[in-house]
Amino acid sequence: MTRTRTPGISRRSTLALMGAGAMTFTAPWVARAQAKTIKIGMPTILSGRVAQLGTSSRNAVMLEVEKVNAAGGLAGRQIEMVVRDSKGQPQEAARVARELVNTDGCELLLDGEASSGSFAVHEVARDLGVLCIHTCSEASSLTADPKQHIPNAFRCVRQGIHDSIVGGSYAAAISKAKGLKKWATCSPDYAYGRDTTGEFTLYLKRFAPDVEIISESWPKLFQPDYTEVVTKILQAKPQALYSCLWGGDLTSYIDQANIYAMFGQMEVFAVNMADYTALTVVKNLPKGIHSGNRYIKTFPTTPENAAWGDAYKAKYNEYPTNWSWQNATAVMFLAEAAKKANSADGKKLAEVLKGLTIKCPFGADGTVTMRGDDHTLVGYAIGWGTTIPQEPYVPEVKAGDWKTIFELEAEWKKSKGYT
Amino acid sequence: MDLDALAGCLSSSACLVTQTTSGLIIGMLLFLVAVGLTLIFGVLKVVNFSHGAFYMFGAYFAMTAYQLTGSFALAMLAGAAGTAILGLIFERVFMSRVYGADVLMQLLVCYAFVLIFDDVVRIIWGPEFKSMGMPSAFQVMPLFIAGGVVPPYYLLLIGVALVAAIVLGAGLSRTRIGKVIRAAAHNPGMVSALGINTGLIYGGVFALGGMLAGLAGALAAPVRSLTPGMGFSVLIESFIVTVIGGMGSILGALIGALLLGLIRSFGSLGFPLFTEGLMYLFMVIVLVSKPTGLFGKEAA
Repeated sequence: MTRTRTPGISRRSTLALMGAGAMTFTAPWVARAQAKTIKIGMPTILSGRVAQLGTSSRNAVMLEVEKVNAAGGLAGRQIEMVVRDSKGQPQEAARVARELVNTDGCELLLDGEASSGSFAVHEVARDLGVLCIHTCSEASSLTADPKQHIPNAFRCVRQGIHDSIVGGSYAAAISKAKGLKKWATCSPDYAYGRDTTGEFTLYLKRFAPDVEIISESWPKLFQPDYTEVVTKILQAKPQALYSCLWGGDLTSYIDQANIYAMFGQMEVFAVNMADYTALTVVKNLPKGIHSGNRYIKTFPTTPENAAWGDAYKAKYNEYPTNWSWQNATAVMFLAEAAKKANSADGKKLAEVLKGLTIKCPFGADGTVTMRGDDHTLVGYAIGWGTTIPQEPYVPEVKAGDWKTIFELEAEWKKSKGYT
Repeated sequence: MDLDALAGCLSSSACLVTQTTSGLIIGMLLFLVAVGLTLIFGVLKVVNFSHGAFYMFGAYFAMTAYQLTGSFALAMLAGAAGTAILGLIFERVFMSRVYGADVLMQLLVCYAFVLIFDDVVRIIWGPEFKSMGMPSAFQVMPLFIAGGVVPPYYLLLIGVALVAAIVLGAGLSRTRIGKVIRAAAHNPGMVSALGINTGLIYGGVFALGGMLAGLAGALAAPVRSLTPGMGFSVLIESFIVTVIGGMGSILGALIGALLLGLIRSFGSLGFPLFTEGLMYLFMVIVLVSKPTGLFGKEAA
């Protein structure tokens, strides 16, 4: 039986045509895949009382991403930021983070959440295995606690324990010089306030053992009126006061304490004072409040830092915040890691990020390092100084010594059972 | 618990003066907000959950006026008058439509406006917190009375709130308008039948309530930071005041607010970790012993 050919093209020709078609259509697609943009997801707080910090985080990221994209992108891939509002709610932060990866196709995460939200996003990163850089949470346990450690998460943020060591040592030196033995504390009544105050007094007493805490006040977060707290402190007659109130709570407290002339009666140490969010808002800023540096463009005193602060202000018409420099640094780390790995793949980036040191305007010596063993930022500019009511607000900052920080941090980790 | 500190304070005239004035300051600001709330409830029978927004607008209006004119008096006027106008518009356009409606509907409308007002503030003034700053006339050393510390600005604040309380009390009990308002609260149908425009009365009362909250916000603006949503925490405490004093009672609002202020002031010494709890505990005790509040009237 002879086989008769059916009209039209043969099977062989069809296959050949399909092959050619596939080549024709796939080649550009493969090329596009190589050059396509890389989406980076960012859950952060864009509404509510902390919105200003979330917005400043997004601004800083966009400022740096523009530079990276102008320089060719992340290993040749242009960055597309997908920024979503978590409203400061941990469950929403986790949902948004998951959605950014699963639905929006984000390959990396920048976690612009406060501490409570960061732990939630951390669990999403653990589950999905996506590279995640925390950019705002200062809670030390996020990276110090080995139970939290995952290979794909890093923290590009200052740490509470670092601030407490430097602050405790600075305050103890002033205590000894001025004979400040009776101290009071006034901090917000939630995890950050309690932990930071505890750590600060721990190191204050370590460096100045004769210091006594004679009064503690724990106003609730976002409390509008501090009158009873101010008068309570006045009754206790301390020689010095420590506070880690922040943002609008700190400015309210200063306004209300000012009319009781409190700042003339005791030395005040407010770790969160030296941030433009507070410095530029308080209308009658008392002279001589001691504060840790959050972000000021005059510390570190380098042209790079000043230029970065000015560039941010020129673009957004306001000064950056503490969250801004941390977010900017995270993008700088990603850019440098992508160069070294010659890839934007999360796993490869994570490998390179471990122990990576980069040039950075916010470094104590012009560089910062992503410490390899606990994936956390070290070497950033950290110090304390006293305020004046006009720019530069904190004219002289006494820099903390990273050698001492490392030694005491190691001791602290041991005491907590982390090592 | 630090009962020694509390006992020590009660036996020291300096501490007693400082803590008592501290309690009065907290109480008087609360009174201004709470009295508007209780007045609106007393006459309109509406629980105005959006009342905190008027406190917020009062503070923002005052700050803006102060920035534009540099006059503290104009700032206070702007805070009070601005919120009065806003209250009138809000009542006439929106609230008047839900008077006969279910309580849940009223609650939903009020809550919707809490969110809307917060967003309006965010759009106009921005999401970041702001500070009005203390006028230079009050940037002076505090007074020392019997060894206690009393800032002059807080004396003004207490004075303004006291005047408001007296004018309001006397106005409602001794003037014709006051009598009409009280009559409208008891029997609006009869008042309307007598040819009196009850809509105007309702609008006026709502404007007055809003104005008092706005005045409180304006007085607080120099010492409190301004943020969208700042009215919420004040609203919660104002509700505690009205529940303690009795819904609808002006004297109750005054006594409730002062008691709450003193509880916070002295509680922070004796019960530093339970100051907030003390307020709620006191409210529970009042509600158990007198469910209508200290000066509330039994429902007919």
